[in-house]
Amino acid sequence: MSTTMDPAGAAPHLASAARTDAPPAIVLDKVNKWYGSMHVLRDVTLSVATGERVVVCGPSGSGKSTMIRCINRLEQHQEGRIIVDNMELTDDTRSLDAIRREVGMVFQSFNLFPHLTILENCTLAPIWVRHMPKKEADELAMHYLSRVKIPEQANKYPGQLSGGQQQRVAIARALCMKPKIMLFDEPTSALDPEMIKEVLDTMVGLAEDGMTMVCVTHEMGFARQVADRVVFMDRGEIVESGVPEQLFNDPKTDRLKTFLSQILRGH
Amino acid sequence: MAEITAEATAPRPAQDAELGHRRPPLLAVGPLAWAKANLFSSWISTAVTLALGYLLVRWTMGFIDWAFINAIWSVPVTPQGAQTQACRALGGTGACWAVVTEKHRFILFGTYPYEEHWRPAICVLLFIGLYIVSAMRRFWRPALALIWLATLAVIGVLMWGGMLGLSYVPQERWGGLVITLILATFGIALAFPLSILVALGRRSSMPAIKTLCVLYVELIRGVPLISLLFMASVMFPLFLPEGMNIDKLLRAQIAIILFAAAYLAEVVRAGLQALPRGQYEAADALGLTYWQKTGFIILPQALRLVIPPLVNTFIGFFKDTSLVLIIGIFDLLTAGKTAIVEPAWQGFGIEIYVTVGLIYFVFCFAMSRYSQGLEAELNRHRVR
Repeated sequence: MSTTMDPAGAAPHLASAARTDAPPAIVLDKVNKWYGSMHVLRDVTLSVATGERVVVCGPSGSGKSTMIRCINRLEQHQEGRIIVDNMELTDDTRSLDAIRREVGMVFQSFNLFPHLTILENCTLAPIWVRHMPKKEADELAMHYLSRVKIPEQANKYPGQLSGGQQQRVAIARALCMKPKIMLFDEPTSALDPEMIKEVLDTMVGLAEDGMTMVCVTHEMGFARQVADRVVFMDRGEIVESGVPEQLFNDPKTDRLKTFLSQILRGH
Repeated sequence: MAEITAEATAPRPAQDAELGHRRPPLLAVGPLAWAKANLFSSWISTAVTLALGYLLVRWTMGFIDWAFINAIWSVPVTPQGAQTQACRALGGTGACWAVVTEKHRFILFGTYPYEEHWRPAICVLLFIGLYIVSAMRRFWRPALALIWLATLAVIGVLMWGGMLGLSYVPQERWGGLVITLILATFGIALAFPLSILVALGRRSSMPAIKTLCVLYVELIRGVPLISLLFMASVMFPLFLPEGMNIDKLLRAQIAIILFAAAYLAEVVRAGLQALPRGQYEAADALGLTYWQKTGFIILPQALRLVIPPLVNTFIGFFKDTSLVLIIGIFDLLTAGKTAIVEPAWQGFGIEIYVTVGLIYFVFCFAMSRYSQGLEAELNRHRVR
């Protein structure tokens, strides 16, 4: 677990882009999930407004990754309702495909396609899922690769890039689908400390553009700078949530206090 | 910083001139060092090297004597048959290649009508051409499937005849190398796609499909190829309605395809399982459909991983086609065996089997070399 308190913590908080006039981007309503007999999500209820940036934190095994993976149905919930972009997640594959087109995801382990070049990684889904002409997809991909500051790597393979570069490609790949919502599942946890910043900077840039983001991370500095709301999860349930300043400076529950003291003591 | 660098580099040229240009010692690098390290590192290894070297030279000389120097390349053929006394007089000190000279057309084309041998000969060349074209990556495009269909159609017309002024040759008279190539080519070309479907099916979340694929693999894999061939040739016709008959070669071909596909499916499945789950999840998260995910992400990676065992299985099946001899199909090996049944040529099996073995070896070795090149080329993305 790596936390950077100071550098980003000093930065001023971004103005919120959350829109109260639009319907919420994501609604989780009393979501429950079990792995066998293990209860991993307990009555999780959360609503994310369009343009809102939510950071989810909590100790390992608290269900935060499982929750975020339920939002684009990489995991299936067993009870409750999940509504994404006004569509309810059900077994119907057509609505699932529609939701996945609108939700981009960035993984802890990048999960780039190693046999495709960086450019091909970025253009595959736009061409085949969005039916975009190849030329247009190439231009779009180069646009986003420039945005994550690695256009010159377009014709390399993922294995030739550093971890930080790979994660930025993964962000560009997700953005090429022009998603309405971006999910980040511990995007910096597999990175060396000097590469964390370049990925976080990319994410801050995304937040500045008003992207709806749900981000599982332990980067408290990032949370302070970017998050409209921080959600603290422990043992499968949401224990506490609020604006970052209030949550970090004035934790109400013992569980959050313990968690905060643990991640601070580690550094 | 610049000053320091200048100071550090300035004395270099003078130093170099003073010290002279030194090479590593001759016995530390290069072939001599290699020989010293690997062949003559101790007195035991020196003794073993010398002993093995002696045997190698002797056997090579012996083989050259037998195969070339003392060999007889042809014998006179009289109306009474081939006069093989000269060969017999050698008493095994030299090869009697005359048997190959005499029988090579029988080995290659079996009992196909003699004056029509040009037809299977063209077919063999077409097969080889097809392999070469398919091996070149720049031909890897949808049109290749059309090339295959066209070539196979031409081969069919040439072999059967009965049209375009070609006389009809029933399948029972086909034989030799062309049979081996037909069985191996169709066998692998059809078994491979089938095996991919079965491997995907075995990992399917749909229980009926999964059960079906597991049953198929386990049933076919659990019986010897010979028993499948027997079933195809003896039992299968019993289930057909009266008067209906499917070509024997076709039945054997289907048995070989089904058998090969079961084995290949397990090889492909190994590749599918070797892929990290993240690859599936990333493809899902991008909204790719199942077939897009499978075709663009999963199979290209999984198949690259299993090129060595795949080619291993291909080579195995190329040679396993020789088992069709037990149901009376005249493949390359059977033709070779039959060639020395004639009394005049009895006892010259070694020459025939060396020749037949060499033909098998050329095809299998070509596959092996090609796969190594392909593996290196397709896995270039892994080199950092």
